[in-house]
Amino acid sequence: MEGTYKIEIVSPEKIIFSDENIQQVILPSYEGEMGILKDHIPVILFLRPGIIKILKSSENVDSFFVQDGIIEFYNNNLTVLSSKIINIKNLNKESIDQLIIATEKILKNEKLSDNNRYLANHKINILQSLNYN
Amino acid sequence: MPSLDDLKKRISSVKSTQKITKAMKMVAAAKLRRAQESAERGRPFSEKMNNIILNLSNSVSDKDNVSKFLVGTGKDSVHLCVVITADRGLCGGFNTNICKKAKNYFEKILKEGKTLKIFTVGSKGHDQLNRVYGKYIVEKINFKGFKKITYKEAENIGEIIIKLFNESKFDVCKIFFNKFKNVISQIPQEQQIIPIESQKKEEIKKSDNFYEFEPEENEILNNLLPRNISTQIFKAFLENAASEQGSRMTAMDNATRNAGDLVDKLTITYNRSRQAAITKELIEIISGAESL
Repeated sequence: MEGTYKIEIVSPEKIIFSDENIQQVILPSYEGEMGILKDHIPVILFLRPGIIKILKSSENVDSFFVQDGIIEFYNNNLTVLSSKIINIKNLNKESIDQLIIATEKILKNEKLSDNNRYLANHKINILQSLNYN
Repeated sequence: MPSLDDLKKRISSVKSTQKITKAMKMVAAAKLRRAQESAERGRPFSEKMNNIILNLSNSVSDKDNVSKFLVGTGKDSVHLCVVITADRGLCGGFNTNICKKAKNYFEKILKEGKTLKIFTVGSKGHDQLNRVYGKYIVEKINFKGFKKITYKEAENIGEIIIKLFNESKFDVCKIFFNKFKNVISQIPQEQQIIPIESQKKEEIKKSDNFYEFEPEENEILNNLLPRNISTQIFKAFLENAASEQGSRMTAMDNATRNAGDLVDKLTITYNRSRQAAITKELIEIISGAESL
């Protein structure tokens, strides 16, 4: 796979990450993981908690932990809009634990809908798997 | 005629006021640069969000089940107005301009016999509106003691609005804020956030409508539209912050200049009266010597 395309990760406060030579991006889409290569058809995706992997080449990987967000891919431009996104390099054990505790608090709410409960459980799983790495 | 001593005190007090306004101008200028930068950095997010929503709403196939945030409740009887102002004064007409704009709108709504509800963000706006429209204010919030307003605060306000909307407490929601044009001019704006204004819809060409969605359009919209409210409010915050500092800078610049003029005037009066006193004493001495 030779083709590369452009990615932009945007938070409400600033542009977090931007690169023009991306080979592949793996996204935690709402219905499962999904890889996007060059010349993918235009999509709009909703994200669930998970890890966005950005592959510049097979060795050069940037990872972001995302809590929610929306993706638009159009004309070989990938835009990630998320208010809760962190580069994994900036995550340490403490901040992960804090996120887990916050999520567990949400789980304790009895009125939580099944859908949200599933998402929260999923988030904890992802965070715990990060902790072991 | 004030005495020499009084004049001296006056001059020194005006001078120290001038020092304060000059310092405030400098601080505002520094803050303005930062606020302007963050307003510019925040723009891509809200623009792209808008784009996605427009694309989505254009391609929704199931028009009946579409989210109420997009099409409204079908009624137009209760208006919620979110008036976003600053927590501090001494910034020229900044707060007054927003309130004036909002008051015009309030009068229009009340004249048409609709119900008005007001949500004030920032203490200055609350103080100004409380006098006349106090009974309409349903929510108030201010950020006194906050160093920097982040997305989280905007999200909190968004949640309050969404909660009120889900309880069908209002049909239409508008926000009032100042748009930052440049340092000298800030334009008070009103923007409708529920239901979303669809003025730009025509701009999107039909050929753009071939997106694939996951999950379905309606589900994305239901998730996205409440978020968009927070985004729009955050955008208003950023514009407001830049406008506030810009407005304060101009106001303080004017104040410094006025203080300078006043000092000049007072100094002339001081010198004249000192000279008059000296002349008076000389005349007394001379006439005293002559009479001997």
